[in-house]
Amino acid sequence: MITQALDQLAEPHRVLHPDGTLSDGYTPTMDDDALLEAWRMMLLSRVVDERAFSLQRQGRLGTYSSVNGEEAAVVGSAWALDPARDWVVPQYRELPAMLRQGYTLRKALQYFVGDPAGNDMGEDVKVLPYQISLASQLPHAVGLAWGLRHQGLDGVVLAYFGDGASSEGDAHEALNLAGVRRAPVVFVLKNNGWAISTPVSKQTAAASFAARAAGYGFPGELVDGNDLFAVHDATARAVARARAGEGPTLIEARTYRMGPHNTSDDHTRYVDAGDLERNRSADPIDRLRRHLSERGLVDEASEAQVRAEAKARVDAAVAEVEGAPRPGIDALFDHVYANPPARVARQREASRKPGP
Amino acid sequence: MVEAIRSALAEEMERDERIVLLGQDIGVNGGVFRATEGLHERFGGDRVVDMPLAEAVIVGSAVGLACSGLVPVPELQFLGFGSQAFHQIEGQVARMRFRSQGRYPMPMVIRAPFGGNVRTPELHSDAHEAKYAGAAGLKIVMPATARDAKGMLVEAIRDPDPVLFCEPLRGYRLVRDEVPDEEYTVPLGVARTAREGDDVVVIAWSAAVVVAERAAALAAEEGISAGVLDLRSLVPLDVDALCDAVARCGRAVVVHEATLTAGFGAEVAATIQEEAFWSLEAPIARVAAPDTPYPIASVEELYVPSVERVLDGIRRVVEAAP
Repeated sequence: MITQALDQLAEPHRVLHPDGTLSDGYTPTMDDDALLEAWRMMLLSRVVDERAFSLQRQGRLGTYSSVNGEEAAVVGSAWALDPARDWVVPQYRELPAMLRQGYTLRKALQYFVGDPAGNDMGEDVKVLPYQISLASQLPHAVGLAWGLRHQGLDGVVLAYFGDGASSEGDAHEALNLAGVRRAPVVFVLKNNGWAISTPVSKQTAAASFAARAAGYGFPGELVDGNDLFAVHDATARAVARARAGEGPTLIEARTYRMGPHNTSDDHTRYVDAGDLERNRSADPIDRLRRHLSERGLVDEASEAQVRAEAKARVDAAVAEVEGAPRPGIDALFDHVYANPPARVARQREASRKPGP
Repeated sequence: MVEAIRSALAEEMERDERIVLLGQDIGVNGGVFRATEGLHERFGGDRVVDMPLAEAVIVGSAVGLACSGLVPVPELQFLGFGSQAFHQIEGQVARMRFRSQGRYPMPMVIRAPFGGNVRTPELHSDAHEAKYAGAAGLKIVMPATARDAKGMLVEAIRDPDPVLFCEPLRGYRLVRDEVPDEEYTVPLGVARTAREGDDVVVIAWSAAVVVAERAAALAAEEGISAGVLDLRSLVPLDVDALCDAVARCGRAVVVHEATLTAGFGAEVAATIQEEAFWSLEAPIARVAAPDTPYPIASVEELYVPSVERVLDGIRRVVEAAP
């Protein structure tokens, strides 16, 4: 069993520094193509956030929780997967990981505007639906990983949760079972510092979440969640271990939620303005831009083009979703049961008739 | 009855290798009530899986197993401890098909023994079926006979929808009836006439059916023709059978082990009121546990609806006059 001293886990591992430089001796494991693909996804994610907030303010979209600030944590981890055989079990702030697995932007927008059909990930897209009940997805991830292995498949499951969800009983039960069954699952705990208004100091008295892994009998890693490379490499190591039958890993990606919890939240009520400013300066997109510019892989013109393409994609998806017919009364009944009870079938019939 | 349940599990596991059993003490020990005895030896530890003592992850990991394409049959050692997994059952199992728009069906059966008068410690006996009845997407099956336990368990396993399958603790050993040798299933949502009668129908499910039958037999000695309708499943509810019985008798008594307030008897009474009001000749009587917690052993026989209390209910509705 691996035990790690708490102090080993107190400082997050980092290879890409805020000024865009790499640690001495570090060579990125992501090749240029993968890196530019990841960069484009991070920008797309930021554009979706901006557009979704604006649409929500116009009353065209429901409550929205942005990825803002967590792009490196999500993209870095997702890029360690093979979408053809690996799975993503999201919470609700991991759109870039879902898109990489094959979920479409149109469906995401469809879900955000409140059409249940948007939560159908699509045939062969290895993603579970959005999870609103925090940590409830973690037992699912463990069962899914166990089920894959039971059937002789070599897929690995990447499960996301957060510092808030870590306090739920399901988090404990799931991590414990994952260890017992040596399930091929990688838990990525995005510690963004906040559960709505509750700071991480009120979630735990421990110096790190990653240290918990030792209590479950498997390795934990603490990484700088705003460092695309550190997150990616830690996840890649964990995925390789899981695929080789060596069991789960808990990765704590320490990042920062750079805005409100969601469109209904006003974070200026509880976040110190200086703190927010300091953390904004750790923006993972800015950090990656510095690095990629240094290497000559991106410049202002290419970034403007990527952003313009992202905006065009989002606009097209919004137009498509807003132009589609609104779901009708059948949306309340479709897919609830495979074989609906007669009573439910009668309710469906009755609901189709015009009211008194 | 426990043998009927065991043989349903064994035969279905033989038929469909996607079936995996998971729960506390179900493997080497064969289950605390021996419902899975011999299955670990026969099918191996990969298909009969001993789990950590954690109800939420027993049910929650079954959700993941189902997403991977398997057919999980998790066991809650006691329905009373299902509250530790309620959020997984109500918020996840029941809704996953709907949430995912059909992509992730939940063809699982959650087996859970429950019920009183077997001298268990606190919380083991609680009849929580009504708490689950509002979990849209879930079916709730509560057989009273060994024949139904087997036939309905097979049906539940084959049903693509998730089923909470409640087994009467008291019936595990005491209920003994003929179980066919050949393969058979009993459909969900079809009530069973356990006893014919014209004056009053006693509506019950699970272990309360046996109590109702005894009360009906005593009523017959008093010249009252009391029928017994065994609902067998609460979801789907056999509304037609309920209405037919009330139309025939004009009087109804509902019996259950759960507390009176918000017990499933309230749903039954409301359904009769809505669908068969004009057939009623007397108010519907409910015979249930009082609105107090399930007690420990020495007073539990005073708590669980008894033959005498059901008989009293029968007399009340038969004698009722405006």
